[in-house]
Amino acid sequence: MLLISCPHCGPRAEIEFAYGHEAHIARPTDQEKLTDAEWADYLFMRKNPKGVHYERWVHARGCRRWFNVARHTVTHEILAVYRMGDPPPALDR
Amino acid sequence: MTRRNLRLADRGRLDRSQPIRFIFNGRTYYGYKGDTLASALIANGVALVGRSFKYHRPRGIMTAGSEEPNGLVQLGQGARTEPNIRATQIELYDGLVAASQNCWPSVGFDLGATNNLLSRFFPAGFYYKTFMWPASFWMKYEYFIRRAAGLGKAPGEPDPDRYDKTYAHCDVLVAGGGPAGIAAALAAARAGARVVLADEQAEFGGQLLHSRSEEIAGRPAVDWVAAAVAELSTMPEVTLLRRTTAFAYQDHNFVELVERVTDHLGPGADGPRQRYWRLRARQVVLAAGAIERPLVFADNDRPGIMLASAGRAYANRYGVAVGDKVLVFTGNDSAYRAALDLAEAGTAIAAIVDLRPDAGGPLVAEARGKGIEVLAAHAVTATRGSARLEGVTVMPLNAAGDGVTGGGRQIACDALLMSGGWNPAIHLFSHNRGKLRFDERVQSFVPGEPVRGCHTAGAMNGAFETADCLAQGFAAGRKAASEAGASGEAGSVPTVTRAEPAESPDRVLWIVPSDKPLGEGGKHFVDHQNDVTAADVALAHREGYRSVEHLKRYTTMGMGTDQGKTSNVNALAIMAALRDRQIPEVGHTTFRPPFAPVTIGAFSGHDKGDLFDPIRKTPMHGWHEKTGAPFEDVGQWKRAWYYPKPGEDMHAAVAREVKAVRAGVGIVDASTLGKIDIKGSDAARLLNMVYTNAWSKLEIGRCRYGLMCGEDGMVFDDGVTTRLGEQHFLMSTTTGNAARVLGWLEEWLQCEWPDWQVHCTSVTEQFATVGLNGPMARKLLAELTDDIPLDDAAFPFMSIREGHVAGIAARVMRISFTGELTFEINVAASYGLALWEALMAAGEKYGITPYGTEAMHVLRAEKGFIIVGQETDGTQTPQDLDMAWIVSKQKPDHLGKRSFLRTDTARPDRKHLVGLLTENPSEVIPEGGQVVAELKNQPPMTMLGHVTSSYYSPNVGRSIAMAVVKNGRNRMGDTVYVPLVDRVIRAKVTEPRFFDLEGARLNG
Ligand SMILES: [Zn+2]
Repeated sequence: MLLISCPHCGPRAEIEFAYGHEAHIARPTDQEKLTDAEWADYLFMRKNPKGVHYERWVHARGCRRWFNVARHTVTHEILAVYRMGDPPPALDR
Repeated sequence: MTRRNLRLADRGRLDRSQPIRFIFNGRTYYGYKGDTLASALIANGVALVGRSFKYHRPRGIMTAGSEEPNGLVQLGQGARTEPNIRATQIELYDGLVAASQNCWPSVGFDLGATNNLLSRFFPAGFYYKTFMWPASFWMKYEYFIRRAAGLGKAPGEPDPDRYDKTYAHCDVLVAGGGPAGIAAALAAARAGARVVLADEQAEFGGQLLHSRSEEIAGRPAVDWVAAAVAELSTMPEVTLLRRTTAFAYQDHNFVELVERVTDHLGPGADGPRQRYWRLRARQVVLAAGAIERPLVFADNDRPGIMLASAGRAYANRYGVAVGDKVLVFTGNDSAYRAALDLAEAGTAIAAIVDLRPDAGGPLVAEARGKGIEVLAAHAVTATRGSARLEGVTVMPLNAAGDGVTGGGRQIACDALLMSGGWNPAIHLFSHNRGKLRFDERVQSFVPGEPVRGCHTAGAMNGAFETADCLAQGFAAGRKAASEAGASGEAGSVPTVTRAEPAESPDRVLWIVPSDKPLGEGGKHFVDHQNDVTAADVALAHREGYRSVEHLKRYTTMGMGTDQGKTSNVNALAIMAALRDRQIPEVGHTTFRPPFAPVTIGAFSGHDKGDLFDPIRKTPMHGWHEKTGAPFEDVGQWKRAWYYPKPGEDMHAAVAREVKAVRAGVGIVDASTLGKIDIKGSDAARLLNMVYTNAWSKLEIGRCRYGLMCGEDGMVFDDGVTTRLGEQHFLMSTTTGNAARVLGWLEEWLQCEWPDWQVHCTSVTEQFATVGLNGPMARKLLAELTDDIPLDDAAFPFMSIREGHVAGIAARVMRISFTGELTFEINVAASYGLALWEALMAAGEKYGITPYGTEAMHVLRAEKGFIIVGQETDGTQTPQDLDMAWIVSKQKPDHLGKRSFLRTDTARPDRKHLVGLLTENPSEVIPEGGQVVAELKNQPPMTMLGHVTSSYYSPNVGRSIAMAVVKNGRNRMGDTVYVPLVDRVIRAKVTEPRFFDLEGARLNG
């Protein structure tokens, strides 16, 4: 069980959080102009890297705020926690 | 069986003032406080403890710890009986009752033992090979095999015991309380760290508890242990957990432990039986020790054959000789200590059979000096005895160690202590993705690269000497404390002031040869619990199962409850030799939690029965209960299902309720519907995005029904939302989805539209909601309000009015889930019951009828109103549900809009919601029934969809059903079939609406 530092509440056990899949996927504007494949890419396709993954979490059983996490998918090491809207930090791992 | 007494007079850490009575296999025995069931059985001369899993061979105790593969017993009786408990870990208490497993009808006469004779039919891969025969063949075997091979019995009654669960945090967790662990805890605690020290045994000390001559810091080792534990127990930030197994080491230094709080006191003791610790440690020190390796020789499984260290522990710690005449078989020096200690206690040593041609060194010399015969370069090649070992055959080894040179000598003995070396207990380290390294010196795996936040010390690093354990443990404890931020003065490393004699090098023979080829004659057991032999490993190799993962699954090696603690390394080494590879090239299987089995009760803790999940009740719950309504679970809510009158069954009650609603007035408790208060300048903008229809122009005081879709265009919730003010809405959701919808709104607001000014607040529990439905609803309500005009003009359908009902401040809405004239009255939750009772009293003369969820479902189905989650399963668009009317064509955007254009969502022959009318009007189709167009004599048939809702409707006068059917809207009037096990129901496809098609009843 991971230990996740909520940017608003501090370190808490994973059971207080809910996972919200890959971060930094902007909702497309001009959707009508997208092909089905492009729309499907937004809708369904997610990265599954062996390495650093930028992802969203919500402190569902705490402050209920969403935030971003950079997590290494092999070691589960949490390399960064940053707020919604902040750009992903460059991590060269 | 003759009674024997193998108790040693002046040995052991037992309290001999009080004998303890216990029962094993129906016979009464006595032991002492401080005994385990294993030590007490050995003391009483009981060598035969159970039967093996596959061959039902007689087996006895093999170890003195949690690695025990053989001595599994059924412990306790009745509701408290528990299977597969290791006799080596059961502390004796008065009245203990235990029995052998795997024997039928009894341990002495076991029918399954014929498996041993038939063992050529049970080779490696037996289960897989059997499964590959026709399935029906397996079914026939299964009964016999399960009966004969089962591992103990599960209790048939609920567990009467209490289990506790706790979350804890510490700076340094030390797992393992032997010399390394104690030293680590001392260093860390003295440095100021908050320390938890856990050990699975009843006492701290590990191997020091059975050491005899060692001295630490100038006193006997056990006295040093006592002093160290005393020091630790005075420190307020130190928690000492005895009888506590760290069974899983998870991510981010999260360690799961189970503490056997009162197991050692027997059933019904004060306090919880066990406590499940979920511990987060800043730093972890693993000092898990090592597990002795059995020797793989012919028939190495007879009762009385044990690990040498176990023999020493039984003698020195439990005051028990493992036999009257003990033979020691070893490839290393450590087993000599057991021989010397037993000899000193007066037990005859038959011989020490040593694999090493050059057996020398101080321990060997000491043994020889004591007159013990040492047979260097010899091997045990056969064993005799059934219920107990009676003797062995010993032969000289050839130089290569892969054969014997003949000249077998018979030696009588009733116990054999074996040692093939030591395997560091790297299990926990491995749980946390720690990489292992093969150590040539110890011929086993040790921790490789260090893992962040984790330190290892002592025997699990391959450091078997006490001085090294103390030094490594102390250093690890100090380092862990410092990395956790505590760097006070830790003092100096405890020193060994009198050491045991140094050991000379080992000789490792992974298979001890005999005068017969492997697999002929005796069985060389590798995995005693799962009855896997060296010949099985060789067979797996011949059949191509050479990777360690395949080997494991094909032979079931290491897949028993002991997870192969004593067998894994031997098996890997044997496979490596067969493949002519080095052991590190063959690799190892992954160790996974739990280190030792954990009872399910410990995981559930208090979370069972009523505490399993929160129960939510409406303010009127007590009234429903008093009226005799059974309840239906909807999410966590309890909802009144129906209100039976005396003599009524469910069918009769529901029929009465649905008729009463349409004829007079019905009352329903709708408090469980989710309610979300939405405020802010962008509130309408939010609704426009999350619902498919348009919300900007909704007037204040008006209500509107909405469907919520995901971005995939699939419906996931519905409900009525009311505009209370320019920037203020009250959204209702389905009962089960309230939390999910609130989460959905918040996710979009926080992640996608963070600059929008909207606040969402759950108010579900702040309001009680009562629905008054039926033609008499207006008349009744008029009696109870004087500030809300109720006529259609002043209070039209889909609007809200505020005022008082029965003197209670209320928001009243005209919305309807039955198609009848409906007033939905919302009051503060604390007034819910008062409102309900006032309406019931005033409604009596109108025949007011409370109705439950079942009648509600029938009434809405008559009107064709969907229930999200019943008509939908996450694959329906609004168009599929025949609700294209609710999707705005004008709005530029809403969640899911683009998905309606996807080729798959836009195709005209998707599954559509339709009605089904059975040919026989009184026949009700079972919900979930599969719909087909073409009937065949037997499956498979092409399924078009399934029945989502189905009831008998007294108001329509026949059965009604809704279904999702492929291309359903283009099948109107067609006949379809619902094939069931015993009959076929024919039905006609219709519109999904059955009653009051023109909607005339809405206004009463
Ligand atoms: Zn938080």
